[in-house]
Amino acid sequence: MTMLTPNAPFSTGQNRAGQDRAGQNRSGPDRAPSPTPPMRRIPDRTDAPLTALLKSWEALLLLLAAAIFTANSFASPYFLDVWNLSDATFNFTEKAIVALALAFVILAGEIDISVAGIIALSSTLMGATAAAGQPMPVVVGVGLLTGLACGAVNGLLVTGLELPSIVATIGTMSLFRGLAYGILGDGAYTRYPEGFAYFGQGYVWEWLSFEVTVFLGLALLAGFLLHRTSLGRAVRAIGHNPTAAAFSGLKVRRIKFWLFAATGLAAGVASVMLTSRLGSTRPSIATGWELEIVTMVVLGGVAITGGVGTIPGVVLAALVMGLLTFGLGLLNVSGIIMSIVVGVMLIAVIALPVLARKLSNRMRRTTP
Amino acid sequence: MTLLNRLLKSREALLSVAGTALLGLIALRAPGFVAPGNLASVFTDTAILIILAIGQTAVILTRSIDLSVAANLALTGMAGAMLNAAHPEIPVPLLVLASAAMGMALGAVNGLLVWKVGLPSIVVTLGTLTIFRGSAFVLSGGEWVNTFQMSPAYLALPRETLLGLPMLAWLAVAVIGLAALGFARSPVGRALYAVGGNPVAAVYAGIDAGRTVFRAFCVSGLLAGLCGYLWVSRFAVAYVDIAAGFELDVIAACVIGGVSISGGVGSVAGAVLGALFLGVIKNALPVVGVSPFWQMSISGAIIIAAVLLNTRAERRKGRIILRHRATTGQEAGA
Repeated sequence: MTMLTPNAPFSTGQNRAGQDRAGQNRSGPDRAPSPTPPMRRIPDRTDAPLTALLKSWEALLLLLAAAIFTANSFASPYFLDVWNLSDATFNFTEKAIVALALAFVILAGEIDISVAGIIALSSTLMGATAAAGQPMPVVVGVGLLTGLACGAVNGLLVTGLELPSIVATIGTMSLFRGLAYGILGDGAYTRYPEGFAYFGQGYVWEWLSFEVTVFLGLALLAGFLLHRTSLGRAVRAIGHNPTAAAFSGLKVRRIKFWLFAATGLAAGVASVMLTSRLGSTRPSIATGWELEIVTMVVLGGVAITGGVGTIPGVVLAALVMGLLTFGLGLLNVSGIIMSIVVGVMLIAVIALPVLARKLSNRMRRTTP
Repeated sequence: MTLLNRLLKSREALLSVAGTALLGLIALRAPGFVAPGNLASVFTDTAILIILAIGQTAVILTRSIDLSVAANLALTGMAGAMLNAAHPEIPVPLLVLASAAMGMALGAVNGLLVWKVGLPSIVVTLGTLTIFRGSAFVLSGGEWVNTFQMSPAYLALPRETLLGLPMLAWLAVAVIGLAALGFARSPVGRALYAVGGNPVAAVYAGIDAGRTVFRAFCVSGLLAGLCGYLWVSRFAVAYVDIAAGFELDVIAACVIGGVSISGGVGSVAGAVLGALFLGVIKNALPVVGVSPFWQMSISGAIIIAAVLLNTRAERRKGRIILRHRATTGQEAGA
């Protein structure tokens, strides 16, 4: 890489002092290796709808999911069994439910690292309620409300007190899980009221589990909200440029607050399901899930810088991760090796389009 | 500005005061805690966190983040321990250097992906976090390297005392000194601040922003590699899950120390004080009779409080020209 020659701003003779963004665009995509990604050129003509669909991130993910599905069915004779496929979904639905909500937060240019901490605290409080002899609806209510309250705390820290969300939620992550540890210590809650097991282990119809039904319902709801309502457009606008969004009359803080609250509630839902499925609570429940859930969202094509992403992408990413880990599990591959695969996939799937674009740019330049 | 004024406004001074007050409070309950000997052992216990926090500071200064440090530590620690177990004849200093070099290579992978491919650092290091830790599993096959498998010299180095302090503490002191000098006085160190403060201005000033970010990741990786050796030899065991989740403690130390997550603001002294603050709390809780299970939530609350104070202090400087209720505070992330 050659040293940069800063002659662009001076040759124009204009005083651009203090105008960060203008300067950034000016320095061009190839000249300034700044840490922020370069601006993409706006094409003269957009692709035809079908071409655009085929070139989209979702098409890539669908292809990936299909490939993994096929590979799995060849790799194990048990894979295509309908009950087996139903079992496979338990692998990712809880995480995917949180990912749906977190997608909105990331789309709005923020992040929430505390989701797994919320799951732990919510599960612990549910266990404590159950241990106090409360009936099933109260236990579930406590779980959901805990999630909502934790999400509201995050929302207040980020919007009311104006903390950067990554640091605020790293703090609340320790706080929430820490409270779970403080309450439970090295103990465990294992007694839950009758009927509670349904949420994580029940089936709505034949092989269609309750978890998957809820996930599909929430995915439809999230997709509708993001792609068909003004709220969805507002979230994207905020992620693209919060200042412009605020000046165009969007209630940036209020929307962001509710996005965090909704993510907390989604973590509460996931906590009810996970606790019900495991039938026990330890403070270490759902450890490391925050990273898996963020991976799911990012793999789904949601830009970590905000503004770009779709719900079908997130759902497909959940499917890809779920199928991959389950298929590898059938092949007796241990969980930690699966995590390598997921890590490689995360980087590769994001790096490949960038590298392809760089390569095609270079080829275009050498052959005029 | 008078010296007193400047002192009052300096984050490091405030943090020192808060730390001293904390020590005073602990001393009320447990006078033995503030005995010099005990304080020295608290420092030694925190040494690894201090070293990692300094590496992380370099990265955060450039508006990036390195979530992979703890996984890097686990992988290099495991590799070093296995090499020592298989070939005890290799001199220990060489192994330490190899660990540091390996850590730096892993850091360089992060740096290259951020620099050359232009991926967001949080995504890259989230990916390499799982890859590095997974590789530690692949490398070891899930086996532990136990105390008796490592050579006595390998385990003894951090414990050898010099002037009353173990080598581990001296190493931390050396890293602090070098980093303080390097960050504040070397062109590479100043570039970290320049790139984080305003990348565009830095580029116009002739600084290669991408290369600077790359260097920051190399420093973070190098120190993580060094800590890989230190961790394994200090606890005399290597397994896949060592230091799991420690990356968040490291970031917390930086944040408490006033290193701004939006880049360009922070100092080595701050990071060290932030790490010490966490170290004192961790060591003091059992002494004052608080169940260690509460430690996590207490450090969480402290992180939030520290960020709150720091963002307030930062905002007063006012980079925003046109102030609007809804937009304040988002400028930094934009």
